[in-house]
Amino acid sequence: MTPDEARTLIAERFSGSSVEGSVPLVVVVPVGAWVPFAQFAKETLGCRFFSFLTAVDWKDEGLEVVAKVDNADDRLSLLVKTRLGPGVSACPSLTPVYRGADWMERECFDMFGIRFEGHPDLRRILLSDDWEGHPLLKSYAVDTPYPPYR
Amino acid sequence: MAVKGPVPEIPAPVWRSFKDLQEWEALHQTRPEGDKHSDLFVRLTEGIHNFPGGFVVTTVADAFLNWARKSSVWPVTFGLACCAIEMMATFASRFDVERLGMVPWASPRHADLMIVSGTVTIKMAPMLKRIYDQMPDPKWAVSMGSCANSGGPFRHGYHVVKGVDRVIPVDVYVPGCPPPPESLLNGLLLLQEQIAHFRRTGSRATPNPKVD
Repeated sequence: MTPDEARTLIAERFSGSSVEGSVPLVVVVPVGAWVPFAQFAKETLGCRFFSFLTAVDWKDEGLEVVAKVDNADDRLSLLVKTRLGPGVSACPSLTPVYRGADWMERECFDMFGIRFEGHPDLRRILLSDDWEGHPLLKSYAVDTPYPPYR
Repeated sequence: MAVKGPVPEIPAPVWRSFKDLQEWEALHQTRPEGDKHSDLFVRLTEGIHNFPGGFVVTTVADAFLNWARKSSVWPVTFGLACCAIEMMATFASRFDVERLGMVPWASPRHADLMIVSGTVTIKMAPMLKRIYDQMPDPKWAVSMGSCANSGGPFRHGYHVVKGVDRVIPVDVYVPGCPPPPESLLNGLLLLQEQIAHFRRTGSRATPNPKVD
């Protein structure tokens, strides 16, 4: 499957999304289409490899969740983005579709405080359990004290 | 032709006015209760020392014991980050600390020295403290590299302890990012000098009294 074929398929199926570029194919979908698009990308476009999932904090514009999925056979790679909207920190989970999203979403929860709804085991993965706050948010102050060591 | 312009008056730096140094003074760890010895050893040495003419015996014994201590400093192998690579190079045959009597040992219970080589994260700090507490007295600590000295490039990160001296007392600070094996060897030799003066004055030597 070439990027052009993938682009037409996405435009047919998900009219509310925008597609740019070719390598990787950048797809911006609304939050409601986040899980259906992942299902579509896995089954129809053949992107079986879940590369990564992360988030971007755009301050007043809210959080943006970014995931990359690859079709290694056809050299097709998809960068899927969605905006959660200002003040929203809930996002549907991709774990039922991609098993590899499990720890990525836990890390994303750890760093950005995004609650992935439908995740089987959402707790901190990198920071200690008694950590307060989510350090990669822009609102997390530099040099936040963490007694007794700093 | 000389250019005439306003010459900015830059005040000479006063070390006390640096925020980081104030933080260091406020937060670095020391050994308030000194080193623990067995009661029998303390009473024996006190008795001999207070006996008329006994100070000759204790000072000679101190010198002998310090010579023995500094000639067999066993560092516990405790590598945290990229500095550990340089530490391993120092332990290996090219730089060979074994000629200084240092045997890298994989157990804190047999070790005298902890070389903190690398970034100490907040999550790692309790484990580091526990390993340090498991070492028998008298014990020393060398802080190796910028990260262990002050947090280094990660000083203002959210996850790094700003210097390992906030967790354990440190005797020698080795600068560098990472310090080459020569720097670490220099630090270890400084440490041996400190150990040679360990109890002669009744307390430990101040950290890094001599710089090159």
